[in-house]
Amino acid sequence: MDRQLKFSEAILEATDQAMGRDPSVYIVGLGVPDPKGIFGTTLGLMKKYGAARVQDMPLSENAMTGVALGSALVGMRPIITHQRVDFALVAMEQMVNQAAKWHYMFGGKAKVPMVVRMIIGRGWGQGPQHSQSLQAWFAHVPGLKVVMPTTAHDAKGLLAAAIEDNNPVIFIEHRWLHNISDTVPEEYYTVPLGKARTMCEGSDVTIVGTSYMALESLRAAKLLGEAGISAEVIDLRTIRPWDVETVLTSVRKTGRLVVADTAGVAFGVSAEIVATVLEHEFASVKAAPIRIGLPDHPCPTSPALANSYYPRAGRIVLEVRRMMGKEPITDALPLTSDQKLDIPDASFTGPF
Amino acid sequence: MSQPSDNRLRFKLYKEMLRIRIVEETIAGYYGEQEMRCPVHLSIGQEAAEAGACAALEQRDYVLSGHRSHGHYLAKGGNLKAMMAEIYGKATGCAGGKGGSMHLVDLDAGFLGAAPIVGSTIPIAAGVAFAAQMRNEDRVVMVFLGDGATETGVFFESINFASLKNLPIVFLVENNFYSVYSPMNVRQKGDHRIVDIARAHGMEAHQADGNDLECVHQLCTQAVTKARGGGGPSLLELITYRWREHCGPGYDNDIGYRTEAEFLSWKERDPVAAYERKLIANGVGTQPEIDRIAKDLKLEVEEAVSFAKQSPWPDLDTLSTQVYAN
Ligand SMILES: Cc1ncc(C[n+]2csc(CCOP(=O)(O)OP(=O)(O)O)c2C)c(N)n1
Ligand SMILES: [Mg+2]
Repeated sequence: MDRQLKFSEAILEATDQAMGRDPSVYIVGLGVPDPKGIFGTTLGLMKKYGAARVQDMPLSENAMTGVALGSALVGMRPIITHQRVDFALVAMEQMVNQAAKWHYMFGGKAKVPMVVRMIIGRGWGQGPQHSQSLQAWFAHVPGLKVVMPTTAHDAKGLLAAAIEDNNPVIFIEHRWLHNISDTVPEEYYTVPLGKARTMCEGSDVTIVGTSYMALESLRAAKLLGEAGISAEVIDLRTIRPWDVETVLTSVRKTGRLVVADTAGVAFGVSAEIVATVLEHEFASVKAAPIRIGLPDHPCPTSPALANSYYPRAGRIVLEVRRMMGKEPITDALPLTSDQKLDIPDASFTGPF
Repeated sequence: MSQPSDNRLRFKLYKEMLRIRIVEETIAGYYGEQEMRCPVHLSIGQEAAEAGACAALEQRDYVLSGHRSHGHYLAKGGNLKAMMAEIYGKATGCAGGKGGSMHLVDLDAGFLGAAPIVGSTIPIAAGVAFAAQMRNEDRVVMVFLGDGATETGVFFESINFASLKNLPIVFLVENNFYSVYSPMNVRQKGDHRIVDIARAHGMEAHQADGNDLECVHQLCTQAVTKARGGGGPSLLELITYRWREHCGPGYDNDIGYRTEAEFLSWKERDPVAAYERKLIANGVGTQPEIDRIAKDLKLEVEEAVSFAKQSPWPDLDTLSTQVYAN
């Protein structure tokens, strides 16, 4: 069984199957039933499940998050989708003060089984307000779970698991993953939350990647391999609760840690991972860990600036070589003059 | 506007409206070259609302806007070359390439800024009006928003605050019936909902044909005059229609959220063509005069495109600057 599905199609299939299995699952979000169907992830659901369970909504993210929460309290399993992480910020209060706390503050009497999908934009001038990677904000809040799938296989299984979960789950998709295909089983399955996946094994360095950066890490591992450096790549998959054990076991073996996150380095997920590893495995670590992520300023719009904003595989290679005391190279992935860095692939012609 | 002396104003309004049309058409024309590497939300079809509204303001007055802001920026007197360069991501852009189409700014023109998180500039505009009032300045604020933005929480909260404090502000709603591909009936109920919200908060509000340039200008002039005189805020809901796709240069009547017939019926009500006919019928202008205006404007816009294309990329050093003010 080797069926290929795009990440976006895998999200759609998980939603479809979850709705088919459980009548309490419904989906709501700006543009969910529209002809573009949230980058293809909700196409056809309205026709199949009807307008009651597949809803568009007013441009009222804050209220609608509360509405989803309220319906979850009494047994529904809502999925609320946002086309950007940035748009979901107006609903922060409902997610952080309310959804995250109701189970705890009512002594376990309330349950909030809801999924909040949001998408990280990148490229084509998404700029300061359409490209933010804010997983650390959500991961900072006890009571929320935070998931960031990388492969289509995991997108399907993790979304199914998120829908089954009895807690609010923040499900973050990277826009540049939507068109990437992978082997995805047709039948319903879940991928457990909180479990990382080792994408390739290695003995010299552990590279932990999140979301799109897990793919860049994999590319880096290939380049490193060609230069005789054996890298182990771990796709974190869940940001909270994260798989401490898998990362520790790997670092115990390699003695070196690089974390590549889609977000800013300062106060981020990469800091949490590095700190935890050092707290537990200080003795096994042979070199200072390295965090790779966004620099400490907002994302600019001009491609001339944004091209230098995002770290890519070449940067990971560079840092690993430096960490291993190999002679420096200027760039492991030199650019050809006509290469466009602000699109995921040549088929992308903007604008979103 | 019945005096012959008003003819100059009529021409000025027309030219302002036509200029927006030509700029937007030009952007649509060049977008396919893939050199404008940022999302663009064009306002073709809505120019009368934008030109008519801003013409009611003085230079010292302030305008704020959202994602679909080209027309507001231009009508308020924003620098065309700086806008074009910003869309091209160049150093000479109005935000030095940091913002792009969705983040225009021109302080000299009183265009304080546009931001595409829907609803978010509404309270900011109220804050600008709040400051003008506190400092007893003779300034009026106009904030542009869409029908979708009237569904946000901050819209209600800002209307309440502006009304409570009698702020010198005009909430200018361009109702084009859609929020991206979502029609009214999945988002709002009632034909007068938007004006009724304002009225329920004790605010004067009017609904009008946003494609009628003179009507828009007249209404806005009244609202601005009232605000300037300490009479407080108003909300104006202008009914209009976006011709092109929500975001991008093309048409999207074929994808299924609205019909070609609906689009064509609105195209019949083209605000630019309608006003042109009116100018000629009333003997205010002749076809050759109008053609000359269009020709001059096209030249100006092509020049702005050349300027943008020839401008340098922003210096990489600017990537990390301006995070904090000195
Ligand atoms: C808070 C927020 N939610 C969603 C979006 C995505 N979005 C961009 S424009 C838009 C539609 C806005 O509709 P309207 O206010 O009527 O303006 P129009 O596009 O019709 O000019 C949406 C939903 C956003 N930018 N911000
Ligand atoms: Mg609209």
